[in-house]
Amino acid sequence: MGTPVITQKQGAVAGLPAQAGRQPVPRGPRGALGRLRSQAQTPPGRLRLAGGVLAALVLLFGTVAAWQVADRAVVASQVVSHSQPLSQDAAEIYRSLADADTTAAGGFLLAGAEPPEIRKRYQDDLATAARLLAQAAARTGSSPEAQRSVAELNQQLPRYAGLVETARANDRQGLPLGGAYLRYASKLMQQTMLPNAQKLVDAEAEQLDRDQETASAYPLVALLLGLLALGALARYQVVLFRRTNRVFNVGLVGASAAVLVAVVWLAAGSAAAGSALADSRQTGSRPLAELNRVRISALQAHAAENLNLVDRGSSDTYSKAWKTLADPLNGPSRQPGSVAWASEVAPSGANAAMTEAGKQFAAWQKRHQAAADQQASGDYDAALRATLSATGGDTSDAAFKAMDEQFGKAAAVEQGRFEAAASGVGGSLELLAVGAAVLAVGAAIGVVRGVGRRLAEYR
Amino acid sequence: MRRTRMRTVGARALVAAAVLGAGVLGAGTSQGAGGTRPAAVVEQAAEGALQADDNCDLAASLPPAKNVGAKIRKIRERGSLVVGVDQNSFNWGFRDPQSGRIEGFDIDLARAIAKSVLGDPNKVTLKALPTARRIDAIKAGEVDMVVRTMTITCDRKKEISFSVPYFRTSQQLAVPGSSTAKSFTEALRGKRVCAAENSSTHLELKRDSRGASEIRTTDNQLDCLVLMQLGEVDATFTDSALAASQLAQDRTMRLIPETVLPSYMGIGMNQADTDLVAWVNQVVAEWRADGGWRASYDHWLASTMGSPDGYLP
Repeated sequence: MGTPVITQKQGAVAGLPAQAGRQPVPRGPRGALGRLRSQAQTPPGRLRLAGGVLAALVLLFGTVAAWQVADRAVVASQVVSHSQPLSQDAAEIYRSLADADTTAAGGFLLAGAEPPEIRKRYQDDLATAARLLAQAAARTGSSPEAQRSVAELNQQLPRYAGLVETARANDRQGLPLGGAYLRYASKLMQQTMLPNAQKLVDAEAEQLDRDQETASAYPLVALLLGLLALGALARYQVVLFRRTNRVFNVGLVGASAAVLVAVVWLAAGSAAAGSALADSRQTGSRPLAELNRVRISALQAHAAENLNLVDRGSSDTYSKAWKTLADPLNGPSRQPGSVAWASEVAPSGANAAMTEAGKQFAAWQKRHQAAADQQASGDYDAALRATLSATGGDTSDAAFKAMDEQFGKAAAVEQGRFEAAASGVGGSLELLAVGAAVLAVGAAIGVVRGVGRRLAEYR
Repeated sequence: MRRTRMRTVGARALVAAAVLGAGVLGAGTSQGAGGTRPAAVVEQAAEGALQADDNCDLAASLPPAKNVGAKIRKIRERGSLVVGVDQNSFNWGFRDPQSGRIEGFDIDLARAIAKSVLGDPNKVTLKALPTARRIDAIKAGEVDMVVRTMTITCDRKKEISFSVPYFRTSQQLAVPGSSTAKSFTEALRGKRVCAAENSSTHLELKRDSRGASEIRTTDNQLDCLVLMQLGEVDATFTDSALAASQLAQDRTMRLIPETVLPSYMGIGMNQADTDLVAWVNQVVAEWRADGGWRASYDHWLASTMGSPDGYLP
């Protein structure tokens, strides 16, 4: 816990504590002991030595505090500027791809009656996926796995689009070859592209978790050093008081005050940052991740629903897929992965949207069942009409879209909550890092001055 | 499409046609009638999977009769004939992309049967089946019958019942126009060939790959055309009627003229449903006699397959 992740930016700083560590004890223990003995023969020598150690300890505290906090500040800013947007983009890439496939199948099912909205929706999906993939490729800082997934998806997307267009061209000629191309394209999407997109989602989610943990880790080492420095200062002043009968030494009192302020600020600032990040996680990124998960499952179930109609009862692949995906969605509110669970963990601001989405979800499930019953009884056309139509109406497709729209609203609320809670953390931590460094330097000067005053009395 | 091997095929066909003619005229079938079918002809007829044992007569089926038995009663109670069909075989059983309806030569036949059994050609439930699941679907009772360019083979006859033949067929290779192969063997040796999973051509390739470097199987012969267009395979081995329907969708494809494994298409049914088999045989005979067959042929197939002479069993 709390081991700072040394990224390249901190590489330069990483050497500091070692140097600082060398400053107070620039010699081997034996030499140091020897000198200590010889110095300790004289009171001023002892005084000087102890003062040096004290100043070094205070500086060490400042260095470690600044280093640990700066590290967390960088990561905390990264969470807002990089990891969370990347993980949200990955989910969005997945959704666009899955939706493109579902929409293409829907257009196929509507045959010659494919309305322009469906065509447009498909094109928007592809445009969104392409744009986000280009951004993801241009962004640095994602893991090698994520980069690989992005590169592969970038190659596969134009291929998929070409296959779908070939399917459309053949459809227009009235040839069943179009349907075969669509199946081929869909297979590419379902078996290669979506698993790739899933890898990307997982990699980015892991990165976000790691960064949030790093940013909210307590700077324990710095705090312990701070307390140690405070204790040493107190002890030194007590010893001085016994020796000299002078109660106050301005330099040392100032140093103590500075270190105390730094320690309190460090403790309080880290706790505040930790709780702000915890809040951003609790009401923002975590419910958002749960919601993304539910949305993706729902989308895949919807794709299975369409592809099952394309299949016309030739296999039970898609009805099984529907069951596998829809069952968890229908689970109770304590079961992660269910719609009820996504509502449960949603922040209060998203409740209205989630409640409405829940209603639409129930309607979708009911309509799907009705359509499935019609298909089982052999009335394919009725099943098709109940599933989707060019004009909308009471189809299961319409219910799904209404539900997804509400999910989108809830997602926007959760995204906003995350940003509001997390965006200030990086800045306040940076200030804390600078503050700790400045206070420690001030305290070290105070120690040197204070000890100097006493040394002068020996002249 | 003239066939180069028409002479040998023709000789066999003549015998078979004589046998079949007897059956269609309602004079009973040639079951085990070794007298009308010289053993020599059987020997000559396509070696291998299609002619696995000498006692198999591809054209044989139950005598045509319209007797209401258990199966016919069940279908009438249900009020719909459940037929396993294809939605990917252009002009045979295919989904018209403009209307979304499944149509074709096979579908016409299925409707003719529904009209005869239920009095309404529209009382059919069409279940699209992949090639590999046809026999399982019949045996499991998922469908009453399969009308899906199904080749009659001796091996299949052990598992299901076939109606009398409704179309004469053989197997052929389709290759991309860029292919330089002249003969059947040349088009296969060292090439990647595609066939529908568990189709008679797939089984034949499994028996003797003729030097093919790779055998790709798909749900459906049409998926093979996609793979050929995308350059993933070099040839498709399928029914000559289906090869013609591939050609109709992509003019740059070419058929290797040689045909192999002459056989028939038949309607597949469960062996237990003897009343249905006899009924369907009667419908097929009527459909051929009253010009239904010819009208459907002219509508769906004439433009790509030419004169019907070689195809009427």
